[in-house]
Amino acid sequence: MARWRAVLRTPVGVCASLGLLVLLVFAVIGPMVWSASASRTDVASMLQGPSGSHWAGTDNLGRDILARVLVATRLSVELALLATLLAVVIGILLGTAGFVLGRRAARIVAAVVNIVVAFPGLLLALFFAVIFGVGAQGAVLAIGLAGAPAFARLAQTLVASVEQRDFVAAARIAGVGRVRVLLRHVLPNIAEALIVNAAIGAGGALLAFASLSFLGLGVQAPAYDWGKLLGDGLTGIYEQPIAALAPGIAVIVAGLAFNLFGETLAKGVGLTTTLGRVPLGRTKRARATEPVSEEDDAVLDVADLVVTLPGHGGPIRPVRGVGFRIGRGEAVGVVGESGSGKSLTALAVSRLIEEPARVEASRLRFLGTDLRAGAARTHRRLLGTSLAMVFQDPMTSLNPTRRVGSQLAEVARQHGGLSRGAALALAIDRLRAVRVPAAQRRARQYPHEFSGGMRQRAMIGMGLMGTPALIVADEPTTALDVTVQRQVLDLLRSIRRENSVALLLISHDVAVVSQVCDRVLVMYAGRIVEDLPAAELAEGARHPYTRALVAAVPDMHTDLDRPLAAIPGRAPDPTRFPTGCAFAPRCALATDRCRTEEPLLETDDAGRRVACWHAELVGARA
Amino acid sequence: MSEAVSAVSIASIAVPAPATSLFDRPALRFAVRRLLRFVVSLWVLMTAAFGMIYLIPGDPVRASLGITASQALVNERRHALGLDQPMLVQYGHYLAGLLSGNFGTSLASRLPVARIIADRLPATLELAVAAFVLAVVIAIPLGTVMGVLTRGGRARRAELAFTTTSVIIGAIPDFVVGVVLVWIVGVHLHWLPVAGRSGFGSFVLPVMSLAIGPAAILSRILRVEMITALQADYVRTARAKRLPALAVYLRHALPNALTATITLGGLLLSTMVAGTVLVENVFAWPGLGSTIVSSILTKDYPVVQGIVLVYGIGVLAVNLLVDIALALLDPRSTIRES
Repeated sequence: MARWRAVLRTPVGVCASLGLLVLLVFAVIGPMVWSASASRTDVASMLQGPSGSHWAGTDNLGRDILARVLVATRLSVELALLATLLAVVIGILLGTAGFVLGRRAARIVAAVVNIVVAFPGLLLALFFAVIFGVGAQGAVLAIGLAGAPAFARLAQTLVASVEQRDFVAAARIAGVGRVRVLLRHVLPNIAEALIVNAAIGAGGALLAFASLSFLGLGVQAPAYDWGKLLGDGLTGIYEQPIAALAPGIAVIVAGLAFNLFGETLAKGVGLTTTLGRVPLGRTKRARATEPVSEEDDAVLDVADLVVTLPGHGGPIRPVRGVGFRIGRGEAVGVVGESGSGKSLTALAVSRLIEEPARVEASRLRFLGTDLRAGAARTHRRLLGTSLAMVFQDPMTSLNPTRRVGSQLAEVARQHGGLSRGAALALAIDRLRAVRVPAAQRRARQYPHEFSGGMRQRAMIGMGLMGTPALIVADEPTTALDVTVQRQVLDLLRSIRRENSVALLLISHDVAVVSQVCDRVLVMYAGRIVEDLPAAELAEGARHPYTRALVAAVPDMHTDLDRPLAAIPGRAPDPTRFPTGCAFAPRCALATDRCRTEEPLLETDDAGRRVACWHAELVGARA
Repeated sequence: MSEAVSAVSIASIAVPAPATSLFDRPALRFAVRRLLRFVVSLWVLMTAAFGMIYLIPGDPVRASLGITASQALVNERRHALGLDQPMLVQYGHYLAGLLSGNFGTSLASRLPVARIIADRLPATLELAVAAFVLAVVIAIPLGTVMGVLTRGGRARRAELAFTTTSVIIGAIPDFVVGVVLVWIVGVHLHWLPVAGRSGFGSFVLPVMSLAIGPAAILSRILRVEMITALQADYVRTARAKRLPALAVYLRHALPNALTATITLGGLLLSTMVAGTVLVENVFAWPGLGSTIVSSILTKDYPVVQGIVLVYGIGVLAVNLLVDIALALLDPRSTIRES
């Protein structure tokens, strides 16, 4: 209930509740206050326009139009609520019949409901109106029955979701009768959703009633509801338009009030989407962390890379001053726990981060071109042909609605200006190159007809449509099983060898990185904490975090009787990185200095980099 | 790039598809299953139309002829209609009649119902199809553009304005839209005819009344679907291919956004079929809708029965078309539902 109250206090909620309240008040007092003026005929003042005594003018018998519309509120609302009640009750009976009567009955009811629910409500209402006859009573039955299948479907779904829960099973095992379980355990749990939908349904019923009465099939003279007033008003719309418009407006307002009220409740019960507007703060200048090497043979050269995301408590900076360079043909791995900023780094250097996130860097050069300069489109051709991306989840990274071949061919058509046929032929050739069997046939298939490993090959093949100088692979094997992982890694390796392509491999898997890469960057809390040759990873690491990562990798000699090694503590939350060394809270070697002063990423003579006050101590322990 | 092209062996030999039984193809299995459902639904519909007459309390013939008619006349009419036979026999006759295009005879005009329907159906079809086309033509560009503009929390004001407007417009029943249009365009401006079906001008108002609400609802749904699609991994892949923004939106995001939109669009289209009943009555449109209402009021049950059947078949056909469109657009849908 508290949730509901909170939702109703939002601006829309207040409007809807007020509207509904006003509607109900008019429904109660309308006939008491205005019935006299609504029925008083006055031939002397027929078809008058709006005036002081008749705010909305008079109809063809001199009756006050506003009074008639207000009086009609009661009948309109009353009949709509009655019909809704009928629909909900029948719907619940049908929807829960399966629960009470068993599985077979449930399937039959569901099948019938499925067929009936496909027909629009108004059509069903017309059908039932024929059976129950013209008039208010027939219309209530017709609209109620017409609305029942939708509620039955809803009740079925809701019951099915509750049925599986433990307390229902427990009650059943305890021997409680089905009807009792339904009343005591199931219905209370689905009541909220039913009430919300009933509120929306009441709006629909109100409109349906207006429709039937408008057609002359609902309320009959001398009684009148809005639909009837509207129908009568339409006949004389040239003489007195207000007589048709006023009930029309009443129908719209009342329908909206019910609908909005229901939708507001629904929002309160379901997921709230309050992704508020969050300010993007200015970035502080990132500290220079890297010795500059201006050699031009670098494929990728990055310095002071900062990624800023908007957050509720101010901007979040998950990548804070990352710098590295990748030489031609070099394979560089990036390892770190989730949240260390490694994937964002990959996306940022590939220029794939979109607003509202922001990327800044003091240097971002790809094949000698400054990617920071100019709009995204200026680098489109260069990046499209020379930078290949492979993403983590091959299941979702290919477009499900397009054939695999055409998804590959698209690259060549866009950047190489190839014709459709030539581009497709190239795509088939590339699929073959990444060892997709029966490439010709496979190219015509959709992604869902591919296995996971095959899709990842297709993704890699997509990158080979141009002449890549760098492949950025973000966790390319994480979603695959081990044997397929092996194949994909072998494929990446052979592509690198044959075409001397550089590789930036993002992975949380230290073993994979040390096998595939020449050099490894270790990231922690948005910074590079160590940069070392892959060969030295096992023995020569100088950062305690790298040591811990390596130690946590189980191998053939791991004693399976003892618990697996793990790094104590948790990776820091990017919204509040600790002062000093971010790893200090989890580090056994941490001293007071570590906790107050952040270590710089220092480069040694061999080109290795490490950011730790105790690097020499850690290195010596090897 | 040119090197790569020259390396392609274009004359690759076509790999024959593995020999499989016809029913191993998911598309075919889907088609068979879907067609079966159509037939079953059709049978349910026919049975309901037949049963309708028997569910009416009292004697429908007496009700239609009035209390002043002599019992002999009622009996004669009952016999002529075959209502004095056992129900199962009547049911058999009814189904057989329907299959041979015999929908019965009008009690009022004594004309074959099939002819009445044939006279009236084109007007209704024109109205429904034109309105649906208009709704789609408005909704797809509008929803796509709004989705792109407001993705990831951009342009909050535009989003609020669009959502509010479309909710309100979508909530106005089509016949009220019709009445308002009659008032503005017909009574005030005298621009267009407000009744009957004669020439292009007479289409404008009925089609607009039918289309405006669904267009608002459809564009709202499409906007939300576009936003979801734009966040998907495959859109990131498309961006990684460095395609122009327009290609990313239209070629990669839109088809995926449309699948859910079509499902709901189909629902709207069948609602539109029913909506024609009201709109035809607002604009005195000589279609099935005005006929069914007058027939209900005069208790001309065979005509009502026939028209209900036609509407029902229309709805079933729409649902079938929607599923086919979905299958073509997103091949996974043929597997997903079973």
